[in-house]
Amino acid sequence: MTDAPLLRARDISKFYGARIGCQNVSFDLWPGEVLAIVGESGSGKTTLLNCLATRLMPTSGTIEYRTRDGQMRDLARMGEAERRFLMRTDWGFVHQNPADGLRMTVSAGANVGERLMAVGERHYGNIRETAGDWLRRVEIGIDRIDDQPRAFSGGMRQRLQIARNLVTAPRLVFMDEPTGGLDVSVQARLLDLVRGLVHDLGLSAIIVTHDLAVARLLSHRMMVMKDGHVIEHGLTDRVLDDPREAYTQLLVSSILQV
Amino acid sequence: MTTAASELATYNFAYLDEQTKRMIRRAILKAIAIPGYQVPFASREMPMPYGWGTGGVQVTAAILGPEDVLKVIDQGADDTTNAVSIRAFFQKVADVAVTTKTREATIIQTRHRIPEERLTTGQTLVYQVPIPEPLRFLEPRETETRKMHALEEYGLMHVKLYEDIARNGHIATTYAYPVKVEGRYVMDPSPTPKFDNPKMHMSEALQLFGAGREKRIYAVPPFTEVVSLDFEDHPFEVQSFDKPCALCGAENVYLDEVVLDDRGGRMFVCSDTDHCEDRRDHGHCGTMLAYNKGAAQ
Repeated sequence: MTDAPLLRARDISKFYGARIGCQNVSFDLWPGEVLAIVGESGSGKTTLLNCLATRLMPTSGTIEYRTRDGQMRDLARMGEAERRFLMRTDWGFVHQNPADGLRMTVSAGANVGERLMAVGERHYGNIRETAGDWLRRVEIGIDRIDDQPRAFSGGMRQRLQIARNLVTAPRLVFMDEPTGGLDVSVQARLLDLVRGLVHDLGLSAIIVTHDLAVARLLSHRMMVMKDGHVIEHGLTDRVLDDPREAYTQLLVSSILQV
Repeated sequence: MTTAASELATYNFAYLDEQTKRMIRRAILKAIAIPGYQVPFASREMPMPYGWGTGGVQVTAAILGPEDVLKVIDQGADDTTNAVSIRAFFQKVADVAVTTKTREATIIQTRHRIPEERLTTGQTLVYQVPIPEPLRFLEPRETETRKMHALEEYGLMHVKLYEDIARNGHIATTYAYPVKVEGRYVMDPSPTPKFDNPKMHMSEALQLFGAGREKRIYAVPPFTEVVSLDFEDHPFEVQSFDKPCALCGAENVYLDEVVLDDRGGRMFVCSDTDHCEDRRDHGHCGTMLAYNKGAAQ
């Protein structure tokens, strides 16, 4: 970790008319750090994530990102071409529903290779080799490289989506409920995989989840949101073991113990 | 004759009214100024169904003058229904001279082929285009494809070619093969066989593309770079044929397969009928020419 933040959010607010999406959210994200945003549904987690990932325009506030040349850049002032380039090279976005993040009608290999072709890779053999390599890393058999994601199970699709995002070696990955809709054993394997990849690649990640177990496993720090506001913010272990706010205490105590 | 002329007067010259022609000409000028860029235009209803060349007909009507000589081809042939009716249409509403000879034509409206004979300065080739958007089958959203063109994000085009190789071992796209125009816009050359793609490169003739249903016009001005997309290890190549044309013996031309009987008999002949006839007039003879003469007698 270095002493300069990778992403700096200041007073992010998003209003849907009079309704609050999220309000006055500020934080810094450091290189190699995983930040979890937790809260119940409707608390503004996904709105905040979409604002950070420039998929939504915040009503007010600034988001700055440190590009590879070391400059802190205001995302709202970046041109669209540059922002989209950033999104498909330096960033990744993992959707809750893999169908939103994948091209369902092209093969797994092409799904992984798309970003490479988008940045100018024009050698079929190399693209295929890299794609195969990434499929192996996310534990998808090489014999499935020419199958369409339609033929994949939910867990495989999610892993494919992760591979597709990581192929350009991004520095920051946004994940929106990456384990939502998967059964528990598949969730566990996926979490294991993500944790391994984040560690090996030194990724920074912002993970939105309503599942505190996911936050506990993956994240270093977490923010608890309620009604669009961040009500508690701290190291994951501290927040989960010693919740201060009444709402966080409620959240932690409502985890089912088996 | 006078009654015929007065009946004709109910139509403006070349069917479209002058305001419409101005609108189309503006779109054409813009298209020429930005090679490969799809210019939206207010496509009109034409007296023929969509898919029959309403885009091409509107472009032709807008650029046609009384001095022009018009040739219309459909899949390379001058004598198919589509070509005959469009030719007859312009004879009726514009009273222009028509020809089947590529060399003599000043405007050639085409569906799915570029003539074999090299086009020269002063000639204009008008293509009928069904789906102008090369990215359409991978990205159904028009807002997104426009953005991709604007930001020059063409990675997706190679995803299509990648899929081809992954499935078939080679680039199996044989028509509507995507090209990059002047190093900027990726363009669909309309459903011409990829055999014709190299003819678009640095062509002396002006090439105009009209898509009536999709309401788009685009253009390749003369002497413009047109490069077919490919991979370094799977370079672009055109179709090749085992045999020459069965009628005129021409090689390195695009051939159509013609089924002769129900016992597997077939022949391969030039798809460009004018080119084939011209060669036969000059004494070239294919293997099945005699057979055909015998059949006629």
